[in-house]
Amino acid sequence: MTAKPRPTPVPTPPPTTLSGSPDLPRGRFGAFGGRYVPEALIPALEQLEEVWRKACVDPEFIGELERLHKTYTGRPSIITEVPRFAEHCGGARIILKREDLNHTGSHKINNVLGQALLTKRMGKTRVIAETGAGQHGVATATAAALLGLECIVYMGRKDTERQALNVARMRLLGAEVVPVDHGSKTLKDAVNEAFRDWVANVATTHYVLGTVTGPHPFPEMVRDFHRIIGVEARQQVLDLVGRLPDVVCACVGGGSNAMGIFHRFLDDTSVRLVGFEAGGAGVETGEHAARFATGIPGVLHGAFTYVMQDTDGQTIDSHSVSAGLDYPSVGPEHAFLLESGRAEYRPITDVEAMEAFSLLSRTEGILPAIESAHALAGAMKLGRELGPEAVILVNLSGRGDKDVHTAAEWFGLIDSSDSSDSNDTEHAEHTAEHTAEHTAAGAERLPGNRDAKGLGEQQ
Amino acid sequence: MSIAPVLAKCREEGRAALIGYLPVGFPSVEGSIAAMRVLIDAGVDIVEIGVPYSDPVMDGPVIQDAAVRALAGGVHLSDIFTAAEAVSGAGAGALVMTYWNPVLRYGVERFAADLAAAGGAGLITPDLIPDEAGDWISAADSHDLDKVFLVAPSSTAERLAAVTAQCRGFVYATAVMGVTGARASVGEAAAALVSRTREHTDLPVCVGVGVSTGDQAAEVGRYADGVIVGSALVRCLTEASTPDEGLVALGALARDLAAGVRRGRS
Repeated sequence: MTAKPRPTPVPTPPPTTLSGSPDLPRGRFGAFGGRYVPEALIPALEQLEEVWRKACVDPEFIGELERLHKTYTGRPSIITEVPRFAEHCGGARIILKREDLNHTGSHKINNVLGQALLTKRMGKTRVIAETGAGQHGVATATAAALLGLECIVYMGRKDTERQALNVARMRLLGAEVVPVDHGSKTLKDAVNEAFRDWVANVATTHYVLGTVTGPHPFPEMVRDFHRIIGVEARQQVLDLVGRLPDVVCACVGGGSNAMGIFHRFLDDTSVRLVGFEAGGAGVETGEHAARFATGIPGVLHGAFTYVMQDTDGQTIDSHSVSAGLDYPSVGPEHAFLLESGRAEYRPITDVEAMEAFSLLSRTEGILPAIESAHALAGAMKLGRELGPEAVILVNLSGRGDKDVHTAAEWFGLIDSSDSSDSNDTEHAEHTAEHTAEHTAAGAERLPGNRDAKGLGEQQ
Repeated sequence: MSIAPVLAKCREEGRAALIGYLPVGFPSVEGSIAAMRVLIDAGVDIVEIGVPYSDPVMDGPVIQDAAVRALAGGVHLSDIFTAAEAVSGAGAGALVMTYWNPVLRYGVERFAADLAAAGGAGLITPDLIPDEAGDWISAADSHDLDKVFLVAPSSTAERLAAVTAQCRGFVYATAVMGVTGARASVGEAAAALVSRTREHTDLPVCVGVGVSTGDQAAEVGRYADGVIVGSALVRCLTEASTPDEGLVALGALARDLAAGVRRGRS
């Protein structure tokens, strides 16, 4: 496990089927995963695993979750083929899995309902959560309201500012939102604070971890709660197209929506699985969250996985226009899928993601979350690489309502006199600079201003 | 070199050992080593040399703040070895407390070799449980280093048995649930945890419970083999307006604590 420059060999051979459980009891996907947490939390993790494994085979639990999916979340989520968007993707067929249409606006609700039901089974009365973009926080606050649990959400101060609407949503749902002022004031620091709360209050509190990382059993459990995305989508694509897709795309922050849609396809070896990380201002600038492009294996937040870190093992701050992808580590199963060669991971820059954001909005009338826009930008590239015969399934993991302010600033659609942030001098200055930098390029990139047909003809 | 002889000597004197935590690099590397010398002069038996880390999930605000400032000041992992050499040279036990990733990044075997060469006694690992510590356990064994793992009030009998079986030097009892930080009352949970831990091991059991005064040190020292003090010491340095003022406050608190463990069982 000694840290070495990439590539690090995987000490244990991959299991014969990739879609099996991790190695138990330590929860390893190949070399990755494990439980790097204070001893004080071990009993809680053991209890969680025991309750969860029993629930997985308990018809009552399964039935209750299915009922909530159907009558509350709105599952199954539909798929939508997007031909006008696809004209910019080399003519490939692009099909979106519409997790953005779930109640609360993203895939996050799938996991949260499962964990909230487990919280009740464990006899706990309080849930805590970390959130970046606010989607997981909103989902947790929603489930807590539904099931009568006390809810505290930790959110980096920087994220509370760029996702102010979601902060208000969580508060409206009865949750307490605690801004975190430590470190980079983003998702990583919110996770730290949630762990601190959990250690102190573990007897009454369940930590609803929002992604497929953290100590075992979270990576496996959260994946399994999201696995329904791929199960539905695989059948829906078969019904629509008559065959499996050539590629499945998803954005990867911690990686829950990606594992959710990838997992059912793991044994379909003809299907390429491609995850898109936040390339931020560009991987070469150092201002990014491209863990697989630049990170090396290490430990963060309870798991052995890829971590952006310096030569002393200190975590390097990540950067992304998307709060939900702004995280210096990634789920251990993704690290395993990378090293086993089953999945590939590529960075998408802020500019590329915002171009895709705008393009989907204008060609299809769907505002994607900026996180999901990274997957859309990836699909544009892949489509151009693969050509018109290709079928590409994209997990549209969330909707962009929460990102309207960020996008409006990016594209220069708000008069500076209207800015609600003008009371924050530093933020306003940053915004002005940001807007000036992007308005010209942004306006040019708006698809309404370019000849879409011409682009199509280039293929 | 194990800290076992230090603890044995304290036991012979009929008292608990005093273990003081300070992070390397705050207010500077030299300044932190000077502060460790002040602790030793005041009667601290073992110095817990902290590795500042970017994501200290077990630490409260005081130690987080010191870590952030130490990292901003440019402290490096290799400075740990300088501190370990200075502490062991001054006649105290030198134990390093570190989150796991810095050691992993440095190389577990290489870290163990360099720590042993610097006179360090071993490691306290707050986010490494024995189940995940295979590499560290073999490196520690081959370099004769102490392996101090943690137990907590939530630990089951099975966990107490499994964890203490892998410890060498002492067992670290985190006797309240929660992050590091001074607490007004040290409570009864600590005594209960020490007694439960002793059912599984003959190793000394040292207690970290938010102690900040000599009286609390005396109270904990009645039942524990060692009293661990961290945040209260660090706060002397972080709240001082000058480094010298910090050292004066630190010396005064350390003497109060040292007197506490010495009167605890008298």
